[in-house]
Amino acid sequence: MLMKKKMIKGSAMIISALQKEGVEIVFGYPGGAVLPLYDQLYDSTLRHLLVRHEQAAAHAADGYARVTGKPGVVFATSGPGATNLVTGIANAYMDSVPLVLITGQVPSGFIGTDAFQEADITGITLPVTKHNYLVKDARQLPGILSEAFYLASTGRRGPVLIDVPKDVFDQEAHFDYNVECEIPGYNPTYKGHAGQISRAVKAIRDAKRPVIFGGGGLIRSGASAALEELAERAKIPVILSLMGLGAYPGDRSLFLGMPGMHGSITANYALSEADLIIATGVRFDDRVTGKLESFASNARIIHIDIDPAEIGKNVKIDVPIVGDVKMVLESILKKLQFGDTAEWLKQIENWQKQNPMPGGLKSSGSAMKPQHVIREISRLCDENTIVATDVGQHQMWTAQHFMVRKPCSFLTSGGLGTMGYGFPASIGAKLAAPDQKVVCITGDGSFQMNIQELATAVNNHLDLTIAIINNGYLGMVRQWQDIFYDKRYAHTLMEGNPDFVKLAEAYGAKGMRACDAKEATAAIEQAMQEKGPVVIDFTVEPEENVYPMVAPNRPINDIIIGGDRS
Amino acid sequence: MKHVLAVLVEDKPGVLTRVAGLFSRRGFNIDNIAVGETVTPGISRMTITVEGTETLVEQVIKQLHKLVNVIKVSNLSEEPSVMRELMLLKVNAEVGSRSDIQQIVETFRGKVVDVSPDSMIIEVTGNEEKMEAIKLLLQHFGIKEIVRTGKISLLRGSRITREG
Repeated sequence: MLMKKKMIKGSAMIISALQKEGVEIVFGYPGGAVLPLYDQLYDSTLRHLLVRHEQAAAHAADGYARVTGKPGVVFATSGPGATNLVTGIANAYMDSVPLVLITGQVPSGFIGTDAFQEADITGITLPVTKHNYLVKDARQLPGILSEAFYLASTGRRGPVLIDVPKDVFDQEAHFDYNVECEIPGYNPTYKGHAGQISRAVKAIRDAKRPVIFGGGGLIRSGASAALEELAERAKIPVILSLMGLGAYPGDRSLFLGMPGMHGSITANYALSEADLIIATGVRFDDRVTGKLESFASNARIIHIDIDPAEIGKNVKIDVPIVGDVKMVLESILKKLQFGDTAEWLKQIENWQKQNPMPGGLKSSGSAMKPQHVIREISRLCDENTIVATDVGQHQMWTAQHFMVRKPCSFLTSGGLGTMGYGFPASIGAKLAAPDQKVVCITGDGSFQMNIQELATAVNNHLDLTIAIINNGYLGMVRQWQDIFYDKRYAHTLMEGNPDFVKLAEAYGAKGMRACDAKEATAAIEQAMQEKGPVVIDFTVEPEENVYPMVAPNRPINDIIIGGDRS
Repeated sequence: MKHVLAVLVEDKPGVLTRVAGLFSRRGFNIDNIAVGETVTPGISRMTITVEGTETLVEQVIKQLHKLVNVIKVSNLSEEPSVMRELMLLKVNAEVGSRSDIQQIVETFRGKVVDVSPDSMIIEVTGNEEKMEAIKLLLQHFGIKEIVRTGKISLLRGSRITREG
């Protein structure tokens, strides 16, 4: 006798698939077209975090994914619900963060009629997703769901969106879920080419002035241990891009900091003078390379990356290795040979002595230096602290002055540069790692882009410290106006800022203000002890600039030093 | 230089949009594109002509590979291959000029596929050079309309471009 398989609704398939994929929490916001899915969620054991704006759901899921390495899952409704996700999706796409986003869509029969709350979200997100699907029939759901998780979390990670018409949620079909799936056009290469690995080994052996330049790929592939071994056995200095911070402990002597526009002088000099660059999980972004023609003109470059399209995209590569950064580094380590780098390290030490990061000291005048606030937060945090930043001056100061020691503990919008990312990302991070301290360092401009999430943080009793580096300006834009637009501060003064302390209190959070170094230390110490979200409004020097700085499209060793280096 | 790419894709909704969208957002130019079935059900073949340097075409190919629905991309310009395009031209053809037109068409091994009192439709297949040559000659009579299929191409010999 044939066993009759049970039929279940499309919405039940989705919940069941999420559970089979090991999803613990969904970030989302309900609405008309996604109601059947929320109705199904109501009976399940899955946790749901209700945000106050869909963009925050995408950013929170992104923060969660960066901390856990697992795909962050998002639900939203059709039309405006889906379009509000777009910035969060683009952000995750640029930084290669795994997300699976499920949006409701108007019923199948209404698609294409400009129905209420209809938006072609698969069309809209085509250029900012790794892949996306419009589900036409519930029978496709099991296959599409397993493909979505597989695509999001393998190869070069990225966001995958599934758009589900309302009637498909209610349509019944057989559910047979297979986590393994095969896609004919998708076969990421993990193991590096043996011949190229041998060439890399030789290049390392012959190098006199080698440097490792690592990025977000190191973190996504879990390559920190391999990187440490390579650096420390062969005595090769390490430079990390903004996305790579944490992949190598920031307090080691071989660490030279971040390169590029606001990178350390030593890192930029080292890249410019190196005879070999071992590039691992980086994509040679314009903020790193400066003027391409003069970038690393003295160096041979080994480039290891999971995405073949990144190799040779911006910079000419001598030894291309497509593969998982961790696996390739491990293969290199098995055959590692190296030369004597003592002289090179001495040169680097000299650069470091001559060029300390500016603005590190306590300010003597009345206004507090923003860099000081960040150093103080860093000093008072333990090594497991996760820091999330927004975008702008405070982000660069955090990259320069916050001591990041571990991978997956520095969350920032690197590629897209999304103001409003940091606070929701810190919420996602706290849910991912409830036992770790989570600090959001933000600006008065950025914080107001997703400030409504204070309600989410308060409602969920999340222990978060939100540090506003408040200079009353859109500081980074003002800095460019200062340097490149003759100090014409067009619309960068944030007139009408609210009283952030009172605002925090209105949401039911704790609010504090610190105007000098003493108050700053006391406020940070107190915030660390508090339960629930704490907002600290640090009033800082309004016109402090981020230095060092390389002007756009200038060689990276052509540095505006600037700043108070006392 | 012009490069002719054979792109095997899964025959799924939106795949043409994905490919075309990739070209526009990465700033690549499509010279022409032709799409049709293959011997394998569920798989379509796109023939895309793109103009650019070696480096640019390499990047085009890598980016195409990243599309999940793209199964295989081959650059047919790197190998001996047969390349054809079909063009239909509607030409002014008064009674007095018809035999002249007929002669040109025969020289290019084209066909007259429709005749009306004052016009003819001419069908011609071949490579780009041939298309340009016949166009130039027929311009003299006045070309009212042109439609082209875009280039299609196969490797010479027994080798095939397959999905595996």
